[in-house]
Amino acid sequence: MFGLFQRKKSKDKLKERLKLVLSYDRANLSPGRMDELKNELLAVIAKYFPMEEDNYDVKLEQHGDRMVFVANLPVQQS
Amino acid sequence: MNAKAIVVTSGKGGVGKTTTTANVGAALAQQGERVVVIDTDVGLRNLDVVMGLEGRVVFDLIDVFEGKCRLKQALIRDKRSENLYLLAASQTKDKSSLSEARMQETVQKLLEEEGFDRVLIDSPAGIESGFQTAASAAAGALVVVNPEVSSVRDADRIIGLLEAREITEVKLIINRLRPEMVKRGDMLEVDDVLEILGVKLIGIVPEDEQILVSTNIGNPISLSDSSKMGAGTAFRNIAKRITGEDIPHLSFEPSGGFFSGLRRLFGGS
Ligand SMILES: Nc1ncnc2c1ncn2[C@@H]1O[C@H](COP(=O)(O)OP(=O)(O)O)[C@@H](O)[C@H]1O
Ligand SMILES: [Mg+2]
Repeated sequence: MFGLFQRKKSKDKLKERLKLVLSYDRANLSPGRMDELKNELLAVIAKYFPMEEDNYDVKLEQHGDRMVFVANLPVQQS
Repeated sequence: MNAKAIVVTSGKGGVGKTTTTANVGAALAQQGERVVVIDTDVGLRNLDVVMGLEGRVVFDLIDVFEGKCRLKQALIRDKRSENLYLLAASQTKDKSSLSEARMQETVQKLLEEEGFDRVLIDSPAGIESGFQTAASAAAGALVVVNPEVSSVRDADRIIGLLEAREITEVKLIINRLRPEMVKRGDMLEVDDVLEILGVKLIGIVPEDEQILVSTNIGNPISLSDSSKMGAGTAFRNIAKRITGEDIPHLSFEPSGGFFSGLRRLFGGS
């Protein structure tokens, strides 16, 4: 009985994976290209201000009917 | 549903398109509609055996398209209902005479000249020309999905392609739901699937071994089985919702009573 509370439900994991894969399917973009995009984006932005070394978060998200590209790129503070 | 010509499709194979076409078609006919079910899975004909009509096939869809017979001659009357007809797929490998224009013309004739109320088009698996031909004559769609990863993904793709064809009346059938797995958290719930795919639900069909039994003898379960939580009732309810009746969805999920109680979400139409 206790196992029921410890184990993450497999369907929740599946739901997360499906949401992610469908956001790429719908945008007709392969997930691997997202890394390329992220690197190019960082190179461009770094020309304007210093960026933190890591903690980047770049992804596609479904917002209601629309697919949005979300980039969270922390700026280095002096 | 307003659509008189409805394609039954899924992307992935083996999820229950043919079973759905036979059972919903039979139930619609039993309710008094004049119905034709069309098998467009050329080369892999199966709707005839599922309906128990395999012995009566003389002419098929390709014969109609090639002008080898008149449309009327290729319509096979069901043995149980005088309102139900089958237009079989051909078993040839040659699909060259399949065309969207011929498909549209045939369905239009059935509705306008032959006086049928509803045409259900059983689509082949895939997203290629077979699916496109089946969808080309449809104004609405029943998308059949199983609550598992590849079926949901493929359904999403199909829904996108239906939208691209401007088929707007798209309804979801969740087939082969297994309540005990949902209860354990090992199968997507109905609400999960609806949230992910974002289309309206028209029916939930449980996994039911009686489907195999009824298919073995070529007698649709929607005509033969009346158990309250069985697939037969689920298919009959889908037919009723297609004709506009507002039937609440049965809940096969744990939250309420023991697999029973009613879902008051999403009406039919
Ligand atoms: N709700 C269900 N419960 C049990 N078996 C099912 C159910 N729906 C379909 N099946 C079985 O699954 C198999 C594939 O169904 P079928 O209708 O031929 O799929 P498709 O036309 O999408 O390829 C068949 O053997 C059928 O009897
Ligand atoms: Mg089939």
